This record gives sequence, C-alpha cells and structure tokens, in this order.
Amino acid sequence: MKGNEVIAEAAIKAGCRHYFGYPITPQTEISETLAKRMPKVGGLCMQAESEIAAINMVLGAASSGKRVLTSSSSPGLSLKSEGISYIVGSDVPCVIVNVQRAGPGLGGIQPGQADYYQATRAMGHGDMHIVVLAPASIQEVADMTMEAFDIADIYRTPVMILADGALGQMMEPVDFEAREAREIPEKTWAACGHQNKRAHNIVNSLYIEPEALEKIILERYERYNEIAEKEVKYEEYLTEDADIVIVAFGIAARIARTAVNKARAEGIKAGLLRPITLWPFPEKKLLSLSDTAKSFLAVELNMGQMVNDVKLAVENKKPVEFYGRTGGMLPSVDEVYEKLKEMSAKL
Amino acid sequence: MIVFDKPHALTDVPFHYCPGCTHGIVHRLVAEVIDELECEGRTVGIAPVGCSVFAYNYFNCDMIEAPHGRAPAVATGVKRANPENVVFTYQGDGDLAAIGTAETVHAAARGENITIIFINNAIYGMTGGQMAPTTLPGQVSTTSPYGRDPKIQGTPIRICEMLSTLDGTAYAERVSVDSVKNIKAAKKAIKKAFETQVAGKGFSIVEVLSTCPTNWGKTPEQALEWLRSDMMPYYPLGVYKDTTKEGE
Amino acid sequence: MMTSILLAGFGGQGILFAGKQIAHAAMEQDKFVTWLPSYGPEMRGGTANCSVIVADEEIGSPLVAKPDIFIAMNIPSHDKFKNAVVPGGMIITDSSLISEPSERTDIKKIEIPATRLADENGLKGMANVIILGKLIKETGLFDYDFFLDAMISSIPASKAKLIDFNKKALEIGYNN
Repeated sequence: MKGNEVIAEAAIKAGCRHYFGYPITPQTEISETLAKRMPKVGGLCMQAESEIAAINMVLGAASSGKRVLTSSSSPGLSLKSEGISYIVGSDVPCVIVNVQRAGPGLGGIQPGQADYYQATRAMGHGDMHIVVLAPASIQEVADMTMEAFDIADIYRTPVMILADGALGQMMEPVDFEAREAREIPEKTWAACGHQNKRAHNIVNSLYIEPEALEKIILERYERYNEIAEKEVKYEEYLTEDADIVIVAFGIAARIARTAVNKARAEGIKAGLLRPITLWPFPEKKLLSLSDTAKSFLAVELNMGQMVNDVKLAVENKKPVEFYGRTGGMLPSVDEVYEKLKEMSAKL
Repeated sequence: MIVFDKPHALTDVPFHYCPGCTHGIVHRLVAEVIDELECEGRTVGIAPVGCSVFAYNYFNCDMIEAPHGRAPAVATGVKRANPENVVFTYQGDGDLAAIGTAETVHAAARGENITIIFINNAIYGMTGGQMAPTTLPGQVSTTSPYGRDPKIQGTPIRICEMLSTLDGTAYAERVSVDSVKNIKAAKKAIKKAFETQVAGKGFSIVEVLSTCPTNWGKTPEQALEWLRSDMMPYYPLGVYKDTTKEGE
Repeated sequence: MMTSILLAGFGGQGILFAGKQIAHAAMEQDKFVTWLPSYGPEMRGGTANCSVIVADEEIGSPLVAKPDIFIAMNIPSHDKFKNAVVPGGMIITDSSLISEPSERTDIKKIEIPATRLADENGLKGMANVIILGKLIKETGLFDYDFFLDAMISSIPASKAKLIDFNKKALEIGYNN
C-alpha cells in the first residue's frame, strides 16, 4: 500500500471515524481512501470548502470527544495554522498529517522537509507546541498514525505526522497489528451535551485576565515537559563507534543510511541518529553522542532547519555541518557520501 | 407571584453588554427556546468572535468558542460527530458575513442540520465601530468616516436573501427585536429554527436586526428608531425560505 | 542481495502498474521491497517513472538513481536514464518505440517490440506486462509460475476478465 493509503487505514484502525480535509497534492489519496472506507465503518469523510473550514470542523468534532483526523500538504498547513493554534489553546486532541512538498508559496509538488520550522516552532500563533512525529518507512507510517491518536488523547494535544511526498507515494510491506494500544483517559471535558448530569463544559481558548491565561499556559507547559520526558523517540544506526554522526529524519534518513553503509565500506566510521519525534527533539541523546562523535552532519530536504536544533543540542562541543537539497530535489546517496568523505578528511 | 424569572439555559453570569444593546434580549430568547424544547442537556452552542464572544459563559449548555468566522465549520464538526446534539451558532455580522462567509455559505449548501442565530447590527461592535459587510450605504463608521461609499466599499450583503437561494437552506427568516411585537415574532422564529433542526430538516438561520447604540453614537431609544427607519427598509423582515412543510 | 529497478515511459503505459507487480511478487517472497513513483500534475501522457528495490536486507534510500535494471518504454526516458545504469547492468527497451539502442557496451541490452506484439495479439495497452515477461526470462528474478500467480492474485475480482489477457501478455513476453 502507498504511504497515504496506509495513513487512512491506520486512522480507521485507531478508531478514528471523522476525517475532514481538502484536496492537495501529494496527499489526496488519504481523502480518497477514506472517502471509500469511512462509509463502510460507519464513519465520515468530509471534503470541506477549504483547509480553514476543515481544521475548524476538526475543532468541532474533536471538542465533541471523537478521534479526528485531517491531512494536507505544505500550503494547506499554512491555512490550517489558525485553527491549530485554537485547538492547542483549547486543549483539544487531534491528529494532523502534513505530507510535505517544496515551498515557499505554491512551491512544487515534489518531496520536501522545509516545513520543519513551521511544524516544530510556529504551527500557530502564541506560546505553543504540538507533538511532531516523523516516520521513515511505511510500517512506521502505520504505527505512528495509530500512536499519534493515543498521544493526542493522553496529553490533550494535536499530534502531527510530518511525512513528505516520497513517503506518501511510496509502497512497502506493512503490518497493521504490530502495535499495542495505550491506556486512554476518559474525555470528561468534551462538549457533547451535559444530559443534565453535570455542569456545562466549555471548550475555549480565550482568557481575558492575564493571570488566568498565564496559569493555563504554565499548566500546558508542564504537560509539554512530561511529553519531553516520556515520548522522545529516535533510532540509532552504527553510532556507537562513529566519528561522524549524520542526523536526518524521514526520507532523508533513508538516503543517509545508505550513505553510511557506503562510507563504512570505504573505511569511514559514519553513523546515523534518526529523530523519530521532531518535537520533542532527542537533544539529550545528541548531547551524549557528542562525547564520542567527532562531528555531526545534518542531512535535510531543505536549506538547513533541523541543523540548528542539532547545534543547540550538542552545545558547541563538536562541529555540526549541513548537507541538503531543496525545491523538491532529493539528495543522492553519492552526494551525502562525498560530504562524509570531505568531513572525514578534516578529522 | 413570579414577575421575572431567568431561563434555566442561561447561567447566573451577568451580561457584559452595553446599555441598550439587544444581545441580551436575543440570548434570553434562545435560552427560552432551549428551555421550552427541553433540549439543554443535548445542546452544544458555538460562540463567535465579536461582542458575543463570551456567550460561552452565559449559556448553560455545553459551549465551544470558535475562531473568528469559523463557527459554522465548528458546528459542522460537532453535529457530524454527535448527530443527536442540538447545535447552534451565535454570530455577528463581521463574523458571519465577512471573515466567515465561506463557512456560512457552505454549511448552508451542505444542508448542515444546524441553527444559526445571526445578529445583524450593521457595525463591528467589539473592535469599536468599524464598517461591517452589512453597514448601510452612507452609514458612518470609524473606517467609513465619510459614510459607506458603494463605489469604494460596495453594497451591504443581505444574508437571508442570499442563503435562501441554496437548496440546503430549509428555513431562513429575518426578524427584529425593536418592539414587544417583534420580539415575540423573533422568539417564534428562533423556536421554529430549532424545531427545524430537531426534525432533521436541514440548515436554519434567523437573522436578527439589532442595535448598537454605543458604536452608532445614539441613545438606546434613538438606536431603535434608526433600526426601524434605516435598517428595516434595506433589510425587510420576513420569512425568506421555509421548506419545512414540504413533503408533509 | 539488492536489486534496483527503474521503469520509465509515458503516463498511461502502465509503468507504475508494472513496477507494482514486481514489488508485489517480491513481497510474496518475504523480501524487503520499496516502490516509489515519480508523480506529476498530468494524469496521462506526461513522463512517468518508478523505482523498485528488492532486497534481502533493510532498504535505505528508496530512490533508484543508478539502476541495476532499467526498463525503458519511450525515447525521452531512455535518453535520460541509459547512462545511469550501473556497469554490468541491464536495459530492457520496447524496440517498437525506441529504435536506437544505447551505444553502451558495458551493459546487457535486451530489446523486445512489446507495443507491436501487444497490438498484434489483441492486447492493446499491455506492452508493460509483455515487458515483465521478458524481464523474468532475462533476469531470473522470479520463477515464471510464481510471478504469474502473484500477478493474478493482485487483480481485484471486479477486473477478473483481465486475468486471461495478463496471462497471455506475460507469456508472449517470456517467449519472445
């Protein structure tokens, strides 16, 4: 199955019965798959009039206590950012997929990772974060889509699957039963009608009194701390004795892994750290790797965004270099290998 | 003897509205209808951005506060998630007819089984008297200081007339709350709109001509007079669409 | 063992479908497999290509930049990728569409007039499957019967009437 189809199927497996979206390449198969599948499982796949409407339908349905999905690609996420900020401010869980293409503007439709900053820094206005998961294989696309719904419900936060056009279009074997579900708290806060049994629930992001708003934000940041404590995920490949550690996520990490193999075959001790959660970022792991690694190389499908998180994480202890392609271009294995060779000569 | 009682569907939180503003009347009418239909326990209200942003504090049913203009989309999500809920939005003219036009039109086009209470007072209230999409030609606001000039700012949108052209709209009526008689008629319309939804007949909207003495620069009495003399001719009261009898 | 295959041609020739058949058969063998299409704004007629990797180990980059096997179904694609094939690799061309084979001497060049064969046998639009037959014959990547079964199993019930055509096309490719 294609990555996009797997996202759709995994969402249904995770108990999601409400999807709201608007067509945009290269993620439209998510909507198309759900348009076929949702009616068969008693769910709803709604094509909204815009990404703005779609994310606000998500706000409504998720405020009602349901598991809700929306998906889009880069330009669509800019439109959704308003709603995402409100969703964060209202502590409403939901899952958002960004199958990234190249930007800015209309950009191109080929794969990109240039929304890293948007996803991890500025997915909406205000003091906020969302959890950002970056799968690198179709199996991970399946697992993480399901996991995303759990994380969202446990911490009452939006969770983003940050994929790219290549992952969305790619096919690999996948097993949907590989994951254990987690314990989900009851949604006592949901606005679904009080049935005259409790006080009215208000789902809201407006706090006119600064004292009240500060208190709410501080509470939310305590939750963020807990997420950073418990939910950081990464994969290490040959990092133990590596002189040069590549840091790359998603499709870039696949390319980097092949380049590491090639470098190892040529006697260069390279390794790969692949952040699976981009927020929270595996900064502690990187800091500890800076004890053994001699230098770091960030490989991205952009002009250098995550590289700055790597620099922050290693606290200037070791040099951090960057190699990337942008505009929808994928770096080749050889290009990454050449960069490793160049860095190796400097060691 | 009880001379005044508060509907159960209203909380005890005091309204923040200006003297002479008609929001309070319309809140009360909506709450009375919820009481009469005995649906508070399954009702979810959507508050807008604008003067009535705090509506979530005033209604006793579950409430959600929507981003500016997006209430019909939020309501769509709620209704589709739990079709047994009675879902209403409460929106002003800037929220519904400017920034949220797309959400409004498409909710109606889909025949979303929700009810919209639309407060048309021909001005932006909360931000302090700017021109609204429903501001009358020649009407002075802080952003049309020489009067709204149709050559520059176009002409006002008549929402009920526009939405009544859509097949998804089941019920559209424009009412006013300037007199006892009209307030009674407004309540009847709001009740009819909620009943339309409860019966599963589709999209319903009640447009309420309202006053904003503060930003109009008038006394409450002058404001009511201006509503009658200037707004009503441009926005005639009446039922613009009613398909609820069809097929019965 | 890792085999990188690049298939390229015009949209509408069934390039992506052919790639999927290879991926599907390899999956049935419990191999590691990736299938990655190029995607463009046109639905028909634009250039289409897809990368398929079949391996015994975990696959890194799913993008095939240097194919072991290159299947070319039009001239622009042939021109674009013929020099990317690894030395010792293979190019299979539809010779009814590509009259001049590559001048390279360090690769194996296989030609089959797939489009003409398809037309002559009432299999219009199935040149892609004919080429798959040729691929199996020349590379031994899959056992013929195994591949045929895998292909048939991937055809949905609603298109069952296409099974015989696919079978015939695969056979023609294998025997020509």
